[in-house]
Amino acid sequence: MKYQSQKVALYYIYGALALFAAQILFGVVAGTVYVLPNLFSEILPFNVIRMIHTNALIVWLLMGYFGAAYYLLPEECETEIHSPKLAIIQFWLFLIAAGAAVVGYIFGIHEGREFLEQPLPIKVGIVVVALMFLYNTTMTLLKGRKTAVSNVLMVALWFVALLFLFAFYNPSNLAVDKMYWWYVVHLWVEGVWELIMASILAFLMIKMTGVDREVVEKWLYVMVSLTLFTGILGTGHHYYWIGTPGYWQWIGNVFSTLEVVPFFAMVVFCFYMVWKGGRDHPNKSALLWSLGCSVMAFFGAGVWGFMHTLSSINYYTHGTQVTAAHGHLAFYGAYVMLNLAIFTYALPYLRGREPYNQQLNMWGFWITTSGMAFMTFTLTFAGVVQTHLQRVLGMNYMDVQDQVALFYWMRLGSGIAVLIGVTFIIWALVVPPRAASVRAKISQPAE
Amino acid sequence: MSERLTKSAARNIFYGGTIFFLVIFLGLTLHSHNYIVNESTNEDTLTESVVAGKHIWERNSCINCHTLLGEGAYFAPELGNVWVRYGGKDDPEGARDMLKAWMQAQPSGIEGRRQMPQFNLTDRELDELVDFLKWTSEIDTQNWPPNEAG
Repeated sequence: MKYQSQKVALYYIYGALALFAAQILFGVVAGTVYVLPNLFSEILPFNVIRMIHTNALIVWLLMGYFGAAYYLLPEECETEIHSPKLAIIQFWLFLIAAGAAVVGYIFGIHEGREFLEQPLPIKVGIVVVALMFLYNTTMTLLKGRKTAVSNVLMVALWFVALLFLFAFYNPSNLAVDKMYWWYVVHLWVEGVWELIMASILAFLMIKMTGVDREVVEKWLYVMVSLTLFTGILGTGHHYYWIGTPGYWQWIGNVFSTLEVVPFFAMVVFCFYMVWKGGRDHPNKSALLWSLGCSVMAFFGAGVWGFMHTLSSINYYTHGTQVTAAHGHLAFYGAYVMLNLAIFTYALPYLRGREPYNQQLNMWGFWITTSGMAFMTFTLTFAGVVQTHLQRVLGMNYMDVQDQVALFYWMRLGSGIAVLIGVTFIIWALVVPPRAASVRAKISQPAE
Repeated sequence: MSERLTKSAARNIFYGGTIFFLVIFLGLTLHSHNYIVNESTNEDTLTESVVAGKHIWERNSCINCHTLLGEGAYFAPELGNVWVRYGGKDDPEGARDMLKAWMQAQPSGIEGRRQMPQFNLTDRELDELVDFLKWTSEIDTQNWPPNEAG
């Protein structure tokens, strides 16, 4: 860590990990209600459980991006953060807003559009947080060195904030409402969030592989070009059946198929840089998370997305468990693993320690990733059976759900595996290893 | 990567191309907006009651269990065509009564069956919600869903 102000990232990383734990806990509860539907039905209905599960995810990912930006901008711009104090105020405001939202949800205070359930004052609070962040980071960027990594990251974060403004527009016409709702949801996760992903991965590759910045940054521009050239019109795959014109089927088919390409490019990029760099970076777990991120994002977002993106297939699978399968692995692979990669890389520097608890962190990686993969398989099988029985044979929804109950039990099992894996990860990141064992290792003579 | 592609060329392609695709996207969305308002949905039947029903739908976060036109949670049945499924096309009064009675009877309390909460809606609110679901079922969705099961 070269710059003192990078330390503000610690707030964001710890805050993100706390919300991550909450997200996973509510996920396990939701998975339990799927198999034991009478549980909590009077005190905590499923819609509230799911709201907390999804909102905690979105907020902790955003908090992780903020933390990542505060960590990497000083190194990229070669200058201190404009105002570390403002960054800390911004963190507490964001955490309080998120906490207030969750408590409100439990008491039934929420708005009703999926993922945008935050009551109006909380939404305004989020905008204030975003403005504080953008002011602080943009001022940092302006006074320092401008690199491709920092430029792409800042362009993406500006658009994250700008696109969020569509959350305030809720027209009475449901079809119009849905069309602009995707401006936030799709253009975030299949657009500008991918830019954040590419730029953070580029930063990690520069730091860990030692490959020349010029090479990495050229790759970065190619990857983000592929992302937006396919992803913007790829929005078409959400405009098949919501009252929008039929031509979106053509546009969606072509461009969302191509959305696989940037994810594949990111896999090639990460592995090629590691191979080309040939440097033996001591933080092996951070490297594992970076490579794992590119691979799982390719499968979760790329392959599982492509699987049901063609309109002739989507006509039957739209809104079934196939969508749930894709959603889980895509978010995990692309954005959860990205955050865990940068956290794992940054924490040893921020806390002035050698990479610690690498073994435990890597166990966490394998258990969580296996759990998520198995969860995705079970939901995919459930979705395929559901599609056939309900969409092809026309069987009643609830009868179909009884038919796929076994898959929901297996999903709960994989969810518990994820909970265990995540416990390992958080433990490895937050709790320092016992001093004695570290010293013992160091004093061991080489053989 | 090819030496012929310089970093500044790659950057220019990124910014130029993004603006190009963004302009096309915005143009198509604008066209789609007009298409929705004029063709695929019926603005004349978008009454105050339908709008009130949409707000009831939102206030109770129905979307976090149900899907509506395939979007939402996957815990409870699709409701974009529930009006059709309940026979609203042939017998609107019967379908309305059945939907209202269904919502008033929740939660069923049946062991092992997913529970819908009791939202304590007034008779008028129930009517508004049904109006919203009826209006939604009349959106031209390119023939989705494939059948009445939703």
